[in-house]
Amino acid sequence: MNLPFDPLLASIVAPLAVAVAIACGLPKRWSIRLAYVGFALPALLALHAWFHYSAQPQVHGYAFLTRYSTGLDGLGIGLTLGLNGISLPLFVLAGLVGLAAGLYAIQSTAERLKIYLMLLLVMQAGLMGVFASVDVFFFYFFHELALIPTFIMIGIWGGRDRSYAAMKVTIYLTLGAMLSLVGLIALYVKSGATSFDLITLREIIAARPLAATLQHNIFALLMFGFGILVSLWPLHTWAPLGYGAAPSSAAMLHAGVLKKFGLYGLIQIALPLLPLGSAHWAHTLAALAAVGNVLIVGFITMAQRDLKQVIGYSSVMHMGYAFLGVACYSVLGAGGVVLLMVAHGLSVALLFLLATSIYHRTHTFELTEMGGLAQKTPVLAAFFVAATFASIGLPGFANFWGELTIFVALWQFSHCLTVIAISGVIISAIYGLRAAARVFFGPPTDAFAAVAAQHPPADLNWREKIPALILLATLLFIGFWPKSLSAPLNDTLNTVYSAVAGK
Amino acid sequence: MDIPSLQALAASNTWTSILPELMLGCLALLLLVLEIVLPKRLHSALPGVALLGVLALLAGQLLTACCGITEGESFNGLLYHSQEGQLMRVFFLLAALLTGVLGTVCLARQRVAHTEFYHILLVVTAAMMLLVQSNHFVMLFVTLETVTIGLYILVSYFRNSPFSLEAGLKYLIMGALSSAILLFGIVLLYGVGGNPSLPAHTASAMNFDELRAFLAANPHNFLASVGIVLVLSGVAFKIAAFPFQIWVPDVYQGAPTPVTAFLAVASKAAGFLVLLIVARTFSPYAWLLAPVLTVMAAATLLFGSLAALTQHNVKRLMGLSGVSHAGFLLLGVVAAGTQSMAVGAIYFYLFAYLLASFAVFGVMAQVAGPEDADQEISHYAGLAKDRPFLALVLAIGLGSLAGIPPLAGFMGKLFIFIAAFQAGLYGLLAVAVVAVVISIYYYFGWIRAVFFSNWVSPDGEAAPQPARAPVGLMAGLMLGVLALATIFLGFYQGPLGQWLNNR
Repeated sequence: MNLPFDPLLASIVAPLAVAVAIACGLPKRWSIRLAYVGFALPALLALHAWFHYSAQPQVHGYAFLTRYSTGLDGLGIGLTLGLNGISLPLFVLAGLVGLAAGLYAIQSTAERLKIYLMLLLVMQAGLMGVFASVDVFFFYFFHELALIPTFIMIGIWGGRDRSYAAMKVTIYLTLGAMLSLVGLIALYVKSGATSFDLITLREIIAARPLAATLQHNIFALLMFGFGILVSLWPLHTWAPLGYGAAPSSAAMLHAGVLKKFGLYGLIQIALPLLPLGSAHWAHTLAALAAVGNVLIVGFITMAQRDLKQVIGYSSVMHMGYAFLGVACYSVLGAGGVVLLMVAHGLSVALLFLLATSIYHRTHTFELTEMGGLAQKTPVLAAFFVAATFASIGLPGFANFWGELTIFVALWQFSHCLTVIAISGVIISAIYGLRAAARVFFGPPTDAFAAVAAQHPPADLNWREKIPALILLATLLFIGFWPKSLSAPLNDTLNTVYSAVAGK
Repeated sequence: MDIPSLQALAASNTWTSILPELMLGCLALLLLVLEIVLPKRLHSALPGVALLGVLALLAGQLLTACCGITEGESFNGLLYHSQEGQLMRVFFLLAALLTGVLGTVCLARQRVAHTEFYHILLVVTAAMMLLVQSNHFVMLFVTLETVTIGLYILVSYFRNSPFSLEAGLKYLIMGALSSAILLFGIVLLYGVGGNPSLPAHTASAMNFDELRAFLAANPHNFLASVGIVLVLSGVAFKIAAFPFQIWVPDVYQGAPTPVTAFLAVASKAAGFLVLLIVARTFSPYAWLLAPVLTVMAAATLLFGSLAALTQHNVKRLMGLSGVSHAGFLLLGVVAAGTQSMAVGAIYFYLFAYLLASFAVFGVMAQVAGPEDADQEISHYAGLAKDRPFLALVLAIGLGSLAGIPPLAGFMGKLFIFIAAFQAGLYGLLAVAVVAVVISIYYYFGWIRAVFFSNWVSPDGEAAPQPARAPVGLMAGLMLGVLALATIFLGFYQGPLGQWLNNR
């Protein structure tokens, strides 16, 4: 089936158009109705792209490829949209998490809801753009478009320490973005390409690979630039703080989708174009990720007493696995990273959503002040336990496939690191299950019992259930049928990573 | 006199080539005449006459720019007319128009004469338009002095305010010093260029083309090097480059807000155009020019950013952040030594800077109280609740100045960075990245005061704020257009980007 319009462009323009309409002073009721459309359309178009991807004609390895001029052809910049096997899973992720975050925001009781929805819609447009862009410039551009609303949302609708958190997140992420921007410009200038278009860049660099030192330097810029954005240890401190303060929908979209920008950049751009650079830095990256992100942050997570901090730190920890997969530099490793990105995005978004729902019932994030919630809210408990299982990586959920693939690839890279990484799974099982147990099981604390007596906690209502269901169902769907994503992923990786495809 | 010689005279009538400047001068005189002729109650219409006149001229210039103009010299090589000159005419007319609109807001609060403000503004604008087209040191110096003397008056225009008078005096002393240094450099160059014992000596060493030919024939003359450094120093005063930036904070704070905006944008742009012209003339001395400008750029970037960090007065903040912007532009000038693309980048940066700065200054003019020099960041607390429109425009302006995509300022920085990369200025780029990250910090502090409600002033108690007057129609229109243009130019550069990058 072919749509009469470009689904990728539509998925970017639709939320933006709704945001503009809301900004123009639409009354609140209509704003909310239109916001449903603005969130649902990208998700539907993403699903459309997912299930019609294989039927689409492939041009240069991309489906749905189109190019629009924005007046910078002289510099080789143009809005080129398309999906390949690497970007398709993330495009789907962006659409679905966006829908869930949007639905959850609409039912929330946020002050100034119209502006909140408007910012979320702008963020959603940026997210769809990041993964639909073939042009490296627009890839960066859309990332920033999605990042700005995050800062504002943390600053205005955030919780504790929002002002400090907004400032810290802004500075860290700007530093990361600037470093990666310089790296991308370096790649463009030094390759001698006349275009920021990734297809052209690939062809030119395949014909004339860059010198080794140049590759080392550019890869370092990209690794640390993207690394800050994905919370590579020891530059991760913004993440738990920011997620702790961010309103739930912003945290869902940022931790779930936007954070994957850096990993996506490494997989799609840095690794294939800078093979010598990635080989040079692989051990540093792997060591930082294994010891820093997995072990140290893992232990830090175990010590947390605040539910949102647990989720925030656990997301930093799981990014360590993704970095380990990147460091492997193989088809298997990269494929595992992409699967893990999708799975982690869905599960962490679900956890943030449920954490806020828990907060509305307990009025605290302190794990030591809850307990026994499962008796009052069995559905919420079931969702949370399922999300925890997914996050740990139990079979049946998408995360399992991502982690398993990465461990297999990592075994070929280094035995020692694989052992560390697998021991990380035990750590994440400990803190994940302990958090679930503290919240839902055991006797309620006196403080919580007093609160519960005053306001008896109700179970999840349908407006909270639907977004949670969307996320959980996708996790299970991919968990049981990973081929729907891995088949196109495998095809693309085999051509893009042709240098190491045999290994 | 016979008919053919009259026709020849008419055909060679070079006055038509400076028609816009002449008309601007006539408009300025017309204002004075009207003030004498018209009855007192009609005097309030005079600013309107000035603004309408500038608007008409602007429209005329845009039309001529679209038709294309003939490039070439006039007045025996005193002036050189080019596409860029035409573009800068548009730039200065735009700056004058916006300053005029700001003037209507600010002057209304003060007991000062109105007409003379517009008169001087128009004369200074005309001089700037001639300045950037000058091709001869006499022309350059005369127009530069016209600009500077006009600005002396404008800076101390609020003569009831001690701050304004202090600023005027400081600007007078510093300006006179810089003019003297510049003049001494010119004289040295003229003297050494006319030395008959040197090869390629010339009687008219004031002419840039002749001077360049002379410098090319004597690439290591000591006196010429001294002259070049002195000329550069004189220009560095105008653009407020390190170490000639000391006058900036006090003058920016004391000058009336419209004049501060005019200084920050138009005067700085004129200085950079002069710098580009003299850098082209001194191109045979690239061995001297490149290191001097490189050191100056790095020091300017760092000084501007670091000094702006501690400012609480927004006018001083804008002044010092303007120093850092001068650093970015200097980076472009250094790159322009080898990359012609950098010149286009500088023009784009200037336009983006114009739009964003006037948006910010426009909001400042609205928020300022009766004492124009006293504008603290704490006065902006809660602006987002009181005047959401002003807060939004301010956020867009500051975001563009900080270089956040998708705003025009980001594209300006991006072009400069690409040009710097092509020129291989890695050290300067690293400094520029640091400066961007620091700039996020201080711009963000301001935005935080506007949007995030729990902000308190440094001394711990809420500072008294001037009452906020409603936004007038014309000022509101101007702010809206500036904000929209900043966003639009960030998304779509269109013919302007095309033209600048294909140079």
